[in-house]
Amino acid sequence: MSRPLGVANEDAVTLTGAERKEVRRRSFRLLAALALPQKKLFIQTIVLVLFTNAARVLLPILIALAIDWTLPQVRQGNWAALGLTGGAYIVCANLAGVLLSWYIKCAARISQAMLLDLRQKVFRHTQRLSLEFHESYTSGRIISRQTSDLETLRELLDQGVSELASSCVFIVFTLISIFALDWRSGVVVCIAVLPVAVLFHWYQSRSEVLYRESRVVSARVISTFVETMTGIRAVKAFRRERANDANYADIAGQYRDNSVRSFNLFGVLQPGLVLIGNLTVAALLAYGGFRIIDGTLAVGVMVAILLAAKRVFQPMDEIAMFYSSLQSATAALEKVSGLLEEEPTVLEPRSPRSIDRVRGELVFQDAVFGYGDGPVVMDRFDLKIEAGQTVAVVGQTGAGKSTLAKLIARFYDLRSGSLELDAVPISELSNIELRRHVVMVTQEAFLFSGTVAENIALGRPGASLEEIHDAARAVGAHEFILDLPDGYDTDVNKRGGRVSAGQRQLISFARAFLADPAVLILDEATSSLDIPSERAVQHGLQTLLGNRTALIIAHRLSTVQIADRVLVVHDGKIVEDGSPEELIAAEGRFAALHQAWLDSLV
Amino acid sequence: MRGIVAQGKSSGTAEAVPLSRTLKRLAPFVKPVLPRLIGGFFCALGAGIVALAIPQVLAKLVNDVLAVNGASAQVWYAVGIITLLGFVEALLIFLRRQFVLNPAAGVEMTMRVGFYKHLQRLPVAFHERWGSGQLLSRSMSDLSLLRRWLAFGAMMLIVDTVTVITGLALMFTHSWILGLLFLLGSIPIAIKAYHFRNDFRAASRLSQDQAGDLATAVEESVHGIRVIKSFGRGRDIYEGFNEQAKSLQETELSKARTLASFLLTVVAIPETILGIGLVIGIAQVSAGTLSVGSLVAFFAIAAVIAIPVEAMGMLLGMTLSTKTALERHFEVMDSINDITSPEAPVRPAQYSGAVQLDHVRFAYPDDAGRARPILAEINLQIRPGETMALVGITGSGKSTLLNLVPRLQDATAGTVKVHGVDVRDWDLDELRTEIAVAFEDTTLFSTSIRENVLMGAPGDLAAEQREALLAEALDVAQAHFAYQLADGVDTLIGEEGLSLSGGQRQRIALARAIAARPRVLVLDDPLSALDVRTEEAVTERLRSVLSGTTTLVVAHRPSTVVLADRVALLRDGRIDAVGSHANLLSTNEHYRYVIASLDENEPEIRSEVAR
Repeated sequence: MSRPLGVANEDAVTLTGAERKEVRRRSFRLLAALALPQKKLFIQTIVLVLFTNAARVLLPILIALAIDWTLPQVRQGNWAALGLTGGAYIVCANLAGVLLSWYIKCAARISQAMLLDLRQKVFRHTQRLSLEFHESYTSGRIISRQTSDLETLRELLDQGVSELASSCVFIVFTLISIFALDWRSGVVVCIAVLPVAVLFHWYQSRSEVLYRESRVVSARVISTFVETMTGIRAVKAFRRERANDANYADIAGQYRDNSVRSFNLFGVLQPGLVLIGNLTVAALLAYGGFRIIDGTLAVGVMVAILLAAKRVFQPMDEIAMFYSSLQSATAALEKVSGLLEEEPTVLEPRSPRSIDRVRGELVFQDAVFGYGDGPVVMDRFDLKIEAGQTVAVVGQTGAGKSTLAKLIARFYDLRSGSLELDAVPISELSNIELRRHVVMVTQEAFLFSGTVAENIALGRPGASLEEIHDAARAVGAHEFILDLPDGYDTDVNKRGGRVSAGQRQLISFARAFLADPAVLILDEATSSLDIPSERAVQHGLQTLLGNRTALIIAHRLSTVQIADRVLVVHDGKIVEDGSPEELIAAEGRFAALHQAWLDSLV
Repeated sequence: MRGIVAQGKSSGTAEAVPLSRTLKRLAPFVKPVLPRLIGGFFCALGAGIVALAIPQVLAKLVNDVLAVNGASAQVWYAVGIITLLGFVEALLIFLRRQFVLNPAAGVEMTMRVGFYKHLQRLPVAFHERWGSGQLLSRSMSDLSLLRRWLAFGAMMLIVDTVTVITGLALMFTHSWILGLLFLLGSIPIAIKAYHFRNDFRAASRLSQDQAGDLATAVEESVHGIRVIKSFGRGRDIYEGFNEQAKSLQETELSKARTLASFLLTVVAIPETILGIGLVIGIAQVSAGTLSVGSLVAFFAIAAVIAIPVEAMGMLLGMTLSTKTALERHFEVMDSINDITSPEAPVRPAQYSGAVQLDHVRFAYPDDAGRARPILAEINLQIRPGETMALVGITGSGKSTLLNLVPRLQDATAGTVKVHGVDVRDWDLDELRTEIAVAFEDTTLFSTSIRENVLMGAPGDLAAEQREALLAEALDVAQAHFAYQLADGVDTLIGEEGLSLSGGQRQRIALARAIAARPRVLVLDDPLSALDVRTEEAVTERLRSVLSGTTTLVVAHRPSTVVLADRVALLRDGRIDAVGSHANLLSTNEHYRYVIASLDENEPEIRSEVAR
């Protein structure tokens, strides 16, 4: 497969062999990439675990020593021996405590560092991805990737990778001691590895599918939840509550069923391992028992072997737990790594060029555009917008006005042909530079949680309060902002901070004012404004637009009043182009629209 | 943008609610499954005992049976016993999981669904304050923590406590001095545990809140992606997120530090005490006041207790986190829903279609209790079947007024009546069946266009009638584009489907309101995203549909006002004037200011054009 799968098969639970192999591989690759930078900490933690265990192993040895050696010494009047043994015990005890607490801190550092790393990776990457991707990949999915999928990694890390290491060390040492006592019994224990392996394999193949399903279902639970909460007004107005209840209960039920099935699977693995362990001990007992009767095995050795064999299986529980978390995290990372595999369709240039003194001249040449692999939307057009020109784009809904705007804002790239800003192809400008020069204000005026001032300052971080106020004043938003409970410091998410759609548009206009770009694109940015506000904005625009290039898309021709030039777009083509008065005189589409608009006014 | 929400909610309600009281609230959920949980507890206890017994039995079998009287029958006897015990242990572990996990997952799901149901019914005002990420984290991670605690933490905490107490009692039987010494050692642990509880609880609340805020940040970064991209603010947003993620990391690390220092105490102190005990014990043995056997037994018991004592640190931490999770859950569940159906809903005598607002006031109270008056005194009567336009400048309270009719908000004072009955006396569902709304921000759901449009349609229609209604609604709203989509009216839209343009969404939302066949229709600037031609076509069709339906429509343009029989002008929270468009145009200066761009500006435009 030349192209990575990305999020293409995200909802699939059963995968083809090749697909499965690929998603597993990318998932492990991501896990390795996250773990690698923490190499030193991992080693440190494992060393700590080993020493903690060593200190603890010493404690019972010291007790044995106290009884076998110190006691006779004390009986002979050597009290120093007692002090020595007691002292050694206390030192070891405290050492074990200190090492344990150190180990916990180290393990937390690893786990938190990896989580932060992944959080940053996913967040940065989703921000980098093009709008095209975001239009099909829902917010609910991204949120679920960033919350519940990450949670599984956290569970894996909390399960203790280093404890796994100590478990393995423990098993190996105990096994060696069995071999040392009696190699034949050692072989018997080793044979028991076979059913253990079979059991693990069985668990792995079953749980993989279940955990994958779990990620799909959990994303659905989250998406449903988020969609309901973001659209709560419509939910209430159309009385969706009961239907939603049923739907959500159904999905949450699927999620529970899936969880229960994976619990049950683990519920076989865990006692299964215990059973294998116990049966191994029984087998050893039988094997050893007859050898005792033969006289080829000593009773003491036999007891030691049996106890050691029972102990070998104790850490299996932890290993099983870890393995289960690993399966769950792998399934989650399959999805996360798929998201990370997605490449933005709009790429940053390798060697970005810059514009020294931006003027704002835009030139399309032989431009062809279509969304994704879809049909051509705008076929072969040339367009030159002079620096400082104010251009109104009119046409029916779906005619391609917004497409033109999105191309200039470089939300999409042309399929062929070129688009240049001041003779530099915009695809060769770095994102930062492009955004400094070209800003687009859309109809949906999104406000982020935070104060009104912060929302305006998004246009130019670091702007002074004075500049923020000026921007608001310029679009006629100053007055209503002052009327809010805390003025510019009003939190838009707090009670009392709610602003209307029109006010939101004014705030986002102020944002654009503050950004002060060379090219300003307004895509239906005044649709929710009343006429006086629109007038204020237009007035502000005229001062702002002075020597700036502007592309204004509006259904209402009132905006055209301030335009130097009008483009009429129809079916992806620019069918009329000229000054407003020229077009009115030409009696084409624009003239008809203009007449209709005039009629609509009174 | 950075973590403002965090400051809002993360300050946390640190006031100490006793654990028992929080847990008591779980009772209704846990009660039905309590027998199973108890069964699971006994299985856990049993499995523990068998696990401890197997080595003892092994040693005894080998030493006392095989060594003394070695015959093949004896070997099989011993093997039989061990095999049996082995099966019993595995079975008990299996049963424990069977007993506990299913009900724990059930409790989790019941509470999750209950949470969702409650949230759906909480008023819009609540949702305006709470980020959905914060709510999501309460619904997902908090409740899954509860499940794990129920299935594992709570049970092990009890099993471990029982083990420790039993062990302590046994210690006393061997040597009361050493037992007492060991008990004394638990005093510093108890003190430490007290501090640990306080520190850990605060940190755990903080971390869970921060995780919720982080989810909100993610949600905003995705919902606001267009703004972020067009201003090229990805880096700033990322930095804000990063800051939040780092403070969460810091909180988690401080949680780990608190736990680590507690575990240090829990491991070091008992073992130190044991060291002292060892010295005293040896001295006693050498003095002949204690037997070697008792000393060995004492330490053997201490070794057994050490594991659960240490585990209790983790379990205590888990219990505290669960308590926080529950508090966060109940914090939302306890939010008062002040918009509910009354106990004895009133039905109107006649479904006349009249809408009436008397002395209506509305103010958004803010957190400090200051009220921001939006509507000061609204008196408005909309006659049955009449279409009334609501005109006013941006922020004059038009949308707020509309929200009062389907009771998405309640008026601060005064009454709103639909069909002559106060909206607060209506059954909410019935009221909202009477009224259909099209909002200015159009929310469509992840389902087909058909489902979206017919969402509010009467439920008792036959299939053909539904189809006819769908076709008509799409036609009136000029949403014919729906038929040209890949799957026609069955095309999936909304979050999980095709993304439509603003104008397309608006038309579907309008069709949805029309298809609901309401007696009262509330439209908030329903044509704002439409081009002049489409608007004209919609208006024309809408006028015929609206005849007979009482309609309240917010209008920013004369073209929308055309729909209306009468116009109400909203100014400074009051109805300034009511009348026909022409009438107001000629008599009311403010109205001219608000709605008529042309008259005033004509000369200006002319001069512009001439330039």
